Amino acid sequence: MSLAKRIIPCLDVDNGRVVKGVQFVDIRDAGDPVEVARRYDREGADEITFLDITATHDNRDTIVHVVEQVASEVFIPLTVGGGIRKLEDIRCMLNAGADKVGINSAAVFNPEFVKQAAEKFGSQCIVVAIDAKKVSAPGESDRWEIFTHGGRKETGIDAIEWAIKMVDYGAGEILLTSMDRDGTKIGFDLELTRAVSEAVAVPVIASGGVGNLEHLAAGVLKGKADAVLAASIFHFAEYSVEEAKQYMRDQGIEVRL
Amino acid sequence: MSSVAVIDYGMGNLHSIAKALQHASPDVDVRVVSDKQAILAADRVVFPGVGAIRDCMHALEATELVEVITQVAQTRPLLGVCLGMQAMLGHSEENGGTDCLNLIPGEVVHFAKDLQGAQGKKLKIPHMGWNKVQQVAHPLWQNIAQDSRFYFVHSYYAQPDESHRVAATTEYPDAFACALAKDNVFAVQFHPEKSQAVGLQLLQNFLHWDGQC
Repeated sequence: MSLAKRIIPCLDVDNGRVVKGVQFVDIRDAGDPVEVARRYDREGADEITFLDITATHDNRDTIVHVVEQVASEVFIPLTVGGGIRKLEDIRCMLNAGADKVGINSAAVFNPEFVKQAAEKFGSQCIVVAIDAKKVSAPGESDRWEIFTHGGRKETGIDAIEWAIKMVDYGAGEILLTSMDRDGTKIGFDLELTRAVSEAVAVPVIASGGVGNLEHLAAGVLKGKADAVLAASIFHFAEYSVEEAKQYMRDQGIEVRL
Repeated sequence: MSSVAVIDYGMGNLHSIAKALQHASPDVDVRVVSDKQAILAADRVVFPGVGAIRDCMHALEATELVEVITQVAQTRPLLGVCLGMQAMLGHSEENGGTDCLNLIPGEVVHFAKDLQGAQGKKLKIPHMGWNKVQQVAHPLWQNIAQDSRFYFVHSYYAQPDESHRVAATTEYPDAFACALAKDNVFAVQFHPEKSQAVGLQLLQNFLHWDGQC
């Protein structure tokens, strides 16, 4: 088997700047998104994901310009998430040069939106982003539920069942973030990742918690993820994407180098 | 200045492919066009596409482009990409069976359900990501290393009737035709416009190709 496991740097973009916070507080500035994307492309990133966390609606055009600029010089797949609520939002991002869009809370509030989006634009460009938290007590068998609003609002929806339903509705890929781990740098929630990856037929991207290269490799080897996403370890140049790939290859993982 | 027409028939976003063509060869006039005259006025033609095959064929019929593409296939270099490649075959089993352009006789089929890779691990569909491409000698592979990785995203693949039309294969887990060639027509299942340096090289090769094999 020669299909490579993918490494996807993620850029959280707020008002046109790359930022990264620990569990969404303590936000640090990590530069100009176009420059950062260029660097990741040079280092061999397999895709780039932009997550628009701009709070005010007025400034949402900023992300469109970022995507336009990046798409005119970086020729790898680009995904944009954050604030995708209407078919028009998807069209706008695809026209700007995105290849896929990430749908998160809009899917929770209106699952039919995912179905409409997949019918209109094709499953290949619909990534459903799932923010999950462990809700089982110690000693109980593992159970995770979906949370919205950056992990603050519970929905009572089972994460595995939700992933299966979203694929059934046309999601072409699942971006799975552990809200327990996001920003902690202690590694992916591997049990969660594995449970979702084995439950669905489409590729699963593991996200949330990467602090070192071992964590990335574990996401693939133990979590059975098809791709691994990380932000801060790449932004602050702790590791380059190329180093990450070499490490993964040394662990016996097929990568594009 | 030579020119290339990217056919716009309402199936998907053509921004990426147009930008990549321009980036690959800044000296080429890249036009995204939908009318017959503009397509036939170009030296080379790119036929892209994403989505479902029935919508694709309906769109081509509605815009009266079926004949135009057939004409292009007989007269100048033509590059089919992804769904554009699949539409070049005779028939696709997608959407309950759909007749296609039949520029290259053959069938488009879905990956088998419950595909298993090494160690009996279930393979994901769509086939998504960077996979190795094993080339068969053709001018469009110039300056591209054997087994280079290109970016794929698809659930169906082409099975040409004539095996000598296969210009490259990829394994998932069995080898399938990821590129086809017939005279001045070349077609790829992967996305050269999303395959970084090797993809740009392939586009550049196409933009300088005279259509001879």
